Amino acid sequence: MKRAWVANVALICMLPVVAIWASMADEPFIITLATKVAILALAGVGLNMALGQGGLVSLGHAAFFGIGGYAMGILASHAQSYTPLLEWPMLIEGSNSMPVIWLLALVSSGLAALVIGALSLRTNGVYFIMITLAFGQMFYYFSISWPAYGGEDGLAIYMRNGFPGLNTLVPLHFFGLAFAVLLVALALATLIGRSPFGLALNAARQSSERVETAGIRPYRLQLTVFVLSGMVTGLAGALFADLNRFVSPSMFSWQTSGEIMVFVILGGVARLCGPLAGAALFILLEQLLGGISDYWHIFLGALLLLIILFARGGVMGLIAGPGERAHV
Amino acid sequence: MSEVILAAVGISKRFDALQASRDISLDLRRGEIHALIGPNGAGKSTLIQQIAGRLKPDAGRIVLEGRDVTALDTAERARLGIARTFQVSALAMEDTALQNVVLGVLGARGGAYRMWGNALARGSLRDRAEQAVARVGLTNMATTRASALSHGGRRQLEIAVALALDPKAFVMDEPMAGLGTSGSHDLTELLSGLRDEAPVLMVEHDMDAVFALADRISVLVSGEIIATGTVDEIRANSAVRRAYLGEEEGA
Ligand SMILES: Nc1ncnc2c1ncn2[C@@H]1O[C@H](COP(=O)(O)OP(=O)(O)OP(=O)(O)O)[C@@H](O)[C@H]1O
Ligand SMILES: [Mg+2]
Repeated sequence: MKRAWVANVALICMLPVVAIWASMADEPFIITLATKVAILALAGVGLNMALGQGGLVSLGHAAFFGIGGYAMGILASHAQSYTPLLEWPMLIEGSNSMPVIWLLALVSSGLAALVIGALSLRTNGVYFIMITLAFGQMFYYFSISWPAYGGEDGLAIYMRNGFPGLNTLVPLHFFGLAFAVLLVALALATLIGRSPFGLALNAARQSSERVETAGIRPYRLQLTVFVLSGMVTGLAGALFADLNRFVSPSMFSWQTSGEIMVFVILGGVARLCGPLAGAALFILLEQLLGGISDYWHIFLGALLLLIILFARGGVMGLIAGPGERAHV
Repeated sequence: MSEVILAAVGISKRFDALQASRDISLDLRRGEIHALIGPNGAGKSTLIQQIAGRLKPDAGRIVLEGRDVTALDTAERARLGIARTFQVSALAMEDTALQNVVLGVLGARGGAYRMWGNALARGSLRDRAEQAVARVGLTNMATTRASALSHGGRRQLEIAVALALDPKAFVMDEPMAGLGTSGSHDLTELLSGLRDEAPVLMVEHDMDAVFALADRISVLVSGEIIATGTVDEIRANSAVRRAYLGEEEGA
């Protein structure tokens, strides 16, 4: 327990240390990489709520990531072209304010998760995986065939969106923002993990019969966490789009769902900082090996295989030791 | 005649060609232990599942304290006061004994959707859980994971979770399955005391335990109740001896 705590704190501190160092050394690219790690980790923290605590193997989280991305793209593109988003029944203008964009990202990905979850959670096991995958693909094809926002080519946003009191064009400021959001999500995950809801949810993952006979419906617990999980991943999508100043259907692709899941598995399923460790390792490998060979995914695959075979707890399991779950 | 707490009325259930329950009527009265006995495959667990809400009967009703609960699902029936234990333990194995019991208290009192605060914080929730853990004699094991408990410990834990529900009726499917002689002796005492809290409908194969514990016994053979009565009446019943007890003696 103690060791896990130290490992988490060390890992969390590493990211701002790297970013601040890079800022002093005038290495903006490194800051951008650290920002990318924070944002992808955020997407993973979202998935890990459903996967780690709820046992819900969703291969459709790209849907939420993409919805968050397009929430940013759509609002910002209207703001950039000075055209209203909607004139009837009420006038809705575009926006280039991050809080507004985040709110839309949270609400729309939450609603999507509610619908997708309500339907998918009637199944389980491999059917659940397939249905979530199918929903993700539906969004993918929809985004390709919808011409209003760039269709297949995606949508470029020329200005980074603003946040009150910060200059988001300064890489370190934008990093700070993404990192702060990640911290909030980690705090939320911790809070939930030790709460009565977390206890019931974790029990439902282990034995739905046990939870039912205790008078609690597993379906509703799981739907609740699925919506929260989708919202967090959706927020990550909005930040990711802002980082790249670009949104495209690839955010909706099943490869995106797969990558978010890879962060979680690499880092350690159900570990608080698993997604952070996984995303950091992923970006590190991409930078180191991607330069050597275009086929760096082969190495990634081999690493994933080793972890699944020999280290179920992922990187965090190796660093922090077994059994990190709250109040065990 | 004392008050009926839980009743099955005219329950029938078919699995394809197999008639697992045939027009079963049975009641559980305040203060009693009612044992349900019968050979393997007689349909005991099938009946328990219909009472607890896991299976829907083809015909008939389940009535709890005068209220028809047939249309309600397992979770709703549990909240109304039907506390079920399983033939094969169903516990959150990675969780500690205390966590498992807290789940029961949460179910009974509500609050399973509260996302703040520590589930195990000191307070009435935990007090109730610890009380139930103590009642079954697991206090020393409260922080042990269910997976690390002995078989007997898990059986005790299931009963603790059921107790934490503050139920109107206990419905237990073979609470002593797989216990050795001394284990089932300890559990017999625990079960015997439970009837003061709420009546117990109990499926059991261990005839010594049944004769020691039961106020009444119902005998289920091929999906049909062939006799209900006190221990002495059942011992003396010739149909029962032929269908069931005789078989035991021959085995
Ligand atoms: N879901 C099901 N589908 C089809 N047949 C079933 C199902 N559940 C039980 N059965 C059959 O119904 C019969 C009664 O089973 P049940 O489990 O109720 O018996 P039991 O009296 O509890 O036996 P045991 O003493 O072995 O626990 C058995 O023949 C069983 O194979
Ligand atoms: Mg049975």
